Amino acid sequence: MRIETRQEVALWRVLLAPPLAVLAALVLGAGLIIWAGEPVLASYFALLKGSLGSSFALNETLTRSTPLIFTGLAAAVAFRAKFYNIGAEGQLYCGALAATFFGTGLISLPPVLMVPFLMLVGAMSGGAILIVPVLLKTHMKVDEVVTTLLLNFVILLLAGYLLEGPWKDPMSLGWPQAAPIIDEGIWPPLLAKGRLHLGFIFALVAALLAWALMRFTVWGYEIRAVGLNASAAGFAGIGVNATVIRTALISGGLAGLAGVSEVAGLKGYLTLDLSPGFGYAGIAVAMLAQLHPLGVILSAFFISAVYVGADAMSRSTDIPTYIADVLVGLSVLTILVSVMLTRYRIRWS
Amino acid sequence: MTEKSVSVMPLLSFRGITKRFGPLVANDAISLDLNQGEVLALLGENGAGKTTLMNILFGHYVAEEGEILVDGAPLPPGSTDAAIQAGIGMVHQHFTLAENLTVLENITLGTEPLFAWRRDIKAARTKIADMAAEYGLHADPDKLVGALSVGERQRVEILKALYRDARILILDEPTAVLTPQESDSLFETLKKLTAKGLAVIFISHKLNEILNHTNRVVVLRRGAVAGTVTTSEADRAGLARMMVGEEVNRPKVTSMMPGNAVLRLTHVDCQSDSEAQSLKDVSLEIRAHEIIGLAGVAGNGQRTLANLLSGLTTADAGDVEILGAPGVADPTELVRRGVGRIPEDRHATGVVGEMPLWENLISEDRRGAEIARAGFVIDKRRALERSKRLIEEFDIRCEGPEAETRLLSGGNMQKLILARVLSRGPEFILANQPVRGLDEGAIAYVQSRLLQARADGAGVLLISEDLDELFALSDRIAVMYHGRMTPPQDTAGLTVGDVGLLMSGHEAESAHAH
Ligand SMILES: Nc1ncnc2c1ncn2[C@@H]1O[C@H](COP(=O)(O)OP(=O)(O)OP(=O)(O)O)[C@@H](O)[C@H]1O
Ligand SMILES: [Mg+2]
Repeated sequence: MRIETRQEVALWRVLLAPPLAVLAALVLGAGLIIWAGEPVLASYFALLKGSLGSSFALNETLTRSTPLIFTGLAAAVAFRAKFYNIGAEGQLYCGALAATFFGTGLISLPPVLMVPFLMLVGAMSGGAILIVPVLLKTHMKVDEVVTTLLLNFVILLLAGYLLEGPWKDPMSLGWPQAAPIIDEGIWPPLLAKGRLHLGFIFALVAALLAWALMRFTVWGYEIRAVGLNASAAGFAGIGVNATVIRTALISGGLAGLAGVSEVAGLKGYLTLDLSPGFGYAGIAVAMLAQLHPLGVILSAFFISAVYVGADAMSRSTDIPTYIADVLVGLSVLTILVSVMLTRYRIRWS
Repeated sequence: MTEKSVSVMPLLSFRGITKRFGPLVANDAISLDLNQGEVLALLGENGAGKTTLMNILFGHYVAEEGEILVDGAPLPPGSTDAAIQAGIGMVHQHFTLAENLTVLENITLGTEPLFAWRRDIKAARTKIADMAAEYGLHADPDKLVGALSVGERQRVEILKALYRDARILILDEPTAVLTPQESDSLFETLKKLTAKGLAVIFISHKLNEILNHTNRVVVLRRGAVAGTVTTSEADRAGLARMMVGEEVNRPKVTSMMPGNAVLRLTHVDCQSDSEAQSLKDVSLEIRAHEIIGLAGVAGNGQRTLANLLSGLTTADAGDVEILGAPGVADPTELVRRGVGRIPEDRHATGVVGEMPLWENLISEDRRGAEIARAGFVIDKRRALERSKRLIEEFDIRCEGPEAETRLLSGGNMQKLILARVLSRGPEFILANQPVRGLDEGAIAYVQSRLLQARADGAGVLLISEDLDELFALSDRIAVMYHGRMTPPQDTAGLTVGDVGLLMSGHEAESAHAH
């Protein structure tokens, strides 16, 4: 077996890669379903029905996709500059903490100001937490994968301390949760029924803006150039460090918005189980989207559907919800393989 | 054809090889033979299809038509393994060594089974040492490749091919990056190899090398064989005519009244990674309408000087004045001031290969008023218009402004950089090895553009290892050795011998006399 470079990367291969990868992941996942002793097609049908089969299910899938779009964008933008931000989970909690700090009574503004204000402080704190890792990278070549990853645990522990201690809501009957966001800061629901909220629209707008930023602006140009060839970018006068720092702030800001969205849009208050790993799943979202901001919308929807559908499937079958993690993990692997296959071909000899 | 074309079976023959990239015919029904013990030169303009043909031979590409025979047996297409098995060794235009491995590891890489209890390092070591001694290919087997000079890396590449028992050695522009001394030692090696019966395909744009060190020349033009000549019967003008269809004459500088100073270095010191590359007490003045040639063996401080004048670093001591203001570590500021910079390594620092042409053409003024609306949104329509204009003006052969830059041939990539730099009408130009790897026509073109810029009032610092080029283009020539620079002297009063002595660190007496 040999691997050869393709002379040109055909567009149809690039477009076909993600759906085929998803299909391959489902086929591989079928092995586990068989192992669990359940019928494959019926189980997948339950998954499909549970994620898209009713307006309630669809509503739930879109709701879940909201934070995934934000964290997926965070990874997609950063990875373009080859800044490997693995800390979206922590940055998400930073955004949520900031929204809680300012939004539970400290400041009160009319809703048209309060909502953007909470987004602003959430994004800023998500970005701020990345300042140390990015400066360590640009100035001392410290690997950002390690620093951003480890910061996740620091922030989660901090959130735990705050929610068990000073920020604990006395009305919470002993649960570690913060006081609710004041009404002015709450993001309204989009539909009369279901949990879907304004955050979904914000997420779509964020994806559109991120796409426009990468594609049409000087910043996007610089981010791409630095990611593709930092020394040529530097020679042309693009501040490589400045670009990486800027990218990190944008990335952290997007992840922070995911936290604000969950607190002010979905739950109404901060808890320690605010995110079941949206930050990490965002990396999968970005990979599946091949780092394309608009593709992030689709892949976030897909991954959300897998999680929501797996919940439903586990209720009607004997398959545990962990199947969702497996399917997402498999999708990331298969997308990596299929992206490779768009650029290389395998020859058997 | 000549002599013994029927008597012996050729070692290697191409039969009607055709290769297309979309609409472009890179190789057009190419047929040629390679005999045992000969050095065959492959000559042709940038983009003529030389590298493509070699890539087909080595199994990187698959030809649409034609076949390749080794010892009369067809070579399976598209298989590098089969090519190596058949005794073909390739030294690519861009080296393919792993920098973080040692010389020994690089040479043996891939020749050993993936899983083995123990590796027979001793045998490999002996074999390499024997080859190195026999062919004059000296390289310390335990050194990391990352720490080697370009010339040493090339020797490792050749050793790597020989280690796999190559009988046919392909060298794709091996001398483009070598100093003249290193080139000479390469030719010594080739002589020893062919004496042993190896056959060599030698690609170069340097006609002198081809005339002095090869047996036969095959000329490619726009993908097709334009002719084959025995080297002893060839001459420069004839080869150039065959290659481009007309005679190419390199331009020559004509005297001109210099204007005001555009660059002034006064007692400049600048640290670099190595002692020899660090600038020591360098003083230099360049005026408008003037080309200063900077000679020197690579690694004697030229790179540090180039970084200084490109805005990548600043001096540790002394004064740097570029176009009336102090030097800064800010390329954008220098470009704004009117400095044009042609970098030494176009692939690594000149362009972002994965970006299209038009994006590379705006890299220096992406924030300028013409390209960036409100300083932030890139006006693609204008950028494309400008790109089309420059592609036309500088005759960049490509599919269009949207084509990926890395697919350009060397000469066209250099024209792209030239277009980016010269279209801004710079008043001071740093041209670092501007014609490295270019064909005769492109060299003449680049040189005439530099002379044109000089006539328009630019001052130029031309860094080159090619003394012919320096003598043809420079008003004055300075020499760098171990980070020190001799004061520039009028080209008219210098001989190649004088400069050669200065380059090797000797205080040439005749040079002092002036
Ligand atoms: N993978 C590719 N896809 C599209 N076009 C290509 C590809 N590789 C080469 N080309 C084009 O084919 C032509 C021949 O290129 P090639 O690299 O063989 O030229 P060359 O003779 O080696 O030139 P140089 O002297 O500059 O190295 C060029 O026009 C080049 O742009
Ligand atoms: Mg070539």
